[in-house]
Amino acid sequence: MDLEGTSRAILEREKIVSQPLVETKNLSKVYKIGGGLGLVSRRTIKALDAVSFTIPSDKAAITALVGESGSGKTTIARIILGLLEPTLGEVLYKGRRIPDWLKKNRMEYLREVQPIFQDPYSVYNPFYRVERVLEKIIKKFKLASGKAEMREIISKTMKDIGLRPEDLLGRYPHQLSGGERQRFMLTRILLMKPRLIVADEPVSMIDVSLRSIFLDHLTSFKDKLGVSCLYITHDLNVASYVADSILVLCHGRLVEEGPKDAVIGDPLHPYTKLLVSSIAIPDPRRRWKEKTDLTSIESFEELKIGEGCVFSARCPYAKEVCKQKAPPLAQIRSERKASCFLYSDFE
Amino acid sequence: MRCESERCMSVLEVQDLKVYYESVWGGYKAVDGASLKAYRNEVFSIAGESGCGKSTLVDGILRLVKPPGYIPSGRVIFEGTNLLEIPEDELRGIRWVKMAYIPQGAMNSLNPVIRVEEQMTDAIIDHGSMNKEEARELAISMLKEVGLPVEVARMYPHELSGGMKQRVIIATAIALKPILIIADEPTTALDVIVQKGILELLRSLKEKYGMTVIVVSHDMAAHAQVADRIAIMYAGKVVEIGSIYDLFEEPLHPYTKGLISAIPAIGKKYVKGIPGLAPSPLDWPQGCRFHPRCPHAKDICGEVEPSMKEVGPGRHLACHS
Repeated sequence: MDLEGTSRAILEREKIVSQPLVETKNLSKVYKIGGGLGLVSRRTIKALDAVSFTIPSDKAAITALVGESGSGKTTIARIILGLLEPTLGEVLYKGRRIPDWLKKNRMEYLREVQPIFQDPYSVYNPFYRVERVLEKIIKKFKLASGKAEMREIISKTMKDIGLRPEDLLGRYPHQLSGGERQRFMLTRILLMKPRLIVADEPVSMIDVSLRSIFLDHLTSFKDKLGVSCLYITHDLNVASYVADSILVLCHGRLVEEGPKDAVIGDPLHPYTKLLVSSIAIPDPRRRWKEKTDLTSIESFEELKIGEGCVFSARCPYAKEVCKQKAPPLAQIRSERKASCFLYSDFE
Repeated sequence: MRCESERCMSVLEVQDLKVYYESVWGGYKAVDGASLKAYRNEVFSIAGESGCGKSTLVDGILRLVKPPGYIPSGRVIFEGTNLLEIPEDELRGIRWVKMAYIPQGAMNSLNPVIRVEEQMTDAIIDHGSMNKEEARELAISMLKEVGLPVEVARMYPHELSGGMKQRVIIATAIALKPILIIADEPTTALDVIVQKGILELLRSLKEKYGMTVIVVSHDMAAHAQVADRIAIMYAGKVVEIGSIYDLFEEPLHPYTKGLISAIPAIGKKYVKGIPGLAPSPLDWPQGCRFHPRCPHAKDICGEVEPSMKEVGPGRHLACHS
């Protein structure tokens, strides 16, 4: 890929801004559900509770945001993309609040922060040919001066992704497989040359034999173009393959943060420990050693977020203090943070 | 497989089964000549990627294929009877009683306005010969069996999490102590920790009751954790069968090799995908169906379809190499 020039230009521009690429400060989001027609009692659900993390700007990196369903992963993605407003807290992109970006430098922000969604089908309008998603952005962001140049850019970029233009162009979204649709989205990313990709479970609809090809593209964007990525997933196998660092989310709270190998090789938080020990390793000689006690996994008591540690109901090490107040996310070792009272003597 | 012992008796034998669908574009050959055997007291896995015909194969085995689908040929021998030939009412006596099925997304098949207990007892009474009280007792003991508290019986499905619902389905499936359970994608859409619990539960059915459990999934890591033997499907056919250890340690079919090296896993340095795309069931490639993507394809591979051969003890392979 002949992308070094652009990469250098991006890095040059970055030097001026020494702010972290993304910084979330006490991000909280409360959803109100029920209450319709007064038939169902109105409840609130805390999807995110004071989540703070940063994605540095000095070096491009893939940060995996790992959590189970309902942990608030997608909410974070939507807030960063400007599709949702946090209830409390804020997100800074290069030191500036996202609403400010969207108000004053909307096009620049949309260009620099690009999403890849879980379901690549909903991105396309089924009535139009697939290339329309590319033509639209080329026109909108004035990436080409004429039709001929536009066609040339599309073909060239598709080839860079390993797609054959003659096979895909002119076809309708339903004629493409999930994997092709998702890789076509990578073409869009490459055209836009963003600074940050927010990818929400992008490979869950791609066949296993093609997943690593998709993931390798993200890595090459990072290495060759300096594009950072917030990679949202529930799959630690994938996170360990693609990410540089890992953030672990549990019921809306950030419980652990650190470099990939450290978090997976030596998890600190009991929740991360449970998560790591539950990974299915694709090797019959390395089967799970301990059985999961299914009864303890799901208790009927809905976890009351706000008072104690979110994991205290399931935690084998839970102490009295864990049920009364939430442990803060604290630095435990160099580059490693966890929110657990087990390590409170480190402070 | 030459084996006379009790354990090696086959419970289910599928012979050259074909399941086609009529469509406006022509015949859709979803399963196109699949053969396999599942033995007593084992966890048998069927793996393959989307569109390879895994779920359709299961529909064919259970004779659940509905128009426009049909079964042009093949045999499904369950305990000596060809399920494709017996009358419908006889089949009803086998389903749930001797052979249970956990369909894909089964946890969403629970009726939202009926209590768990009633849904379980309905199925038990329908297929067994029990009265309401006995069925209720059985339902509750089955809930305990799968690790759910008895209160679940009085609850509605929306009060339960996905993993709990899946366990209710498993509890119902094993209530009449079938000898064969077929679970289609039993862990898809469940969280990692719950997935582990469900897979362990399925495996425990084999260990505890000597059931044969067939797990159908695209997730090779799940198979590696639970299976005794595994069949790999590609483009409507079974291309390789072997013990889980043999298959992971020494895959023979180029597709199996590719599939195993394509799985991202912790501590794995070398991960490589299989270039190209899976072919369409409307138009399978001539010869070996994997040859357009195969790195070792020879001339013969594009012309003659390889047949399934025994290449070692318990090892079956369909490849020219």
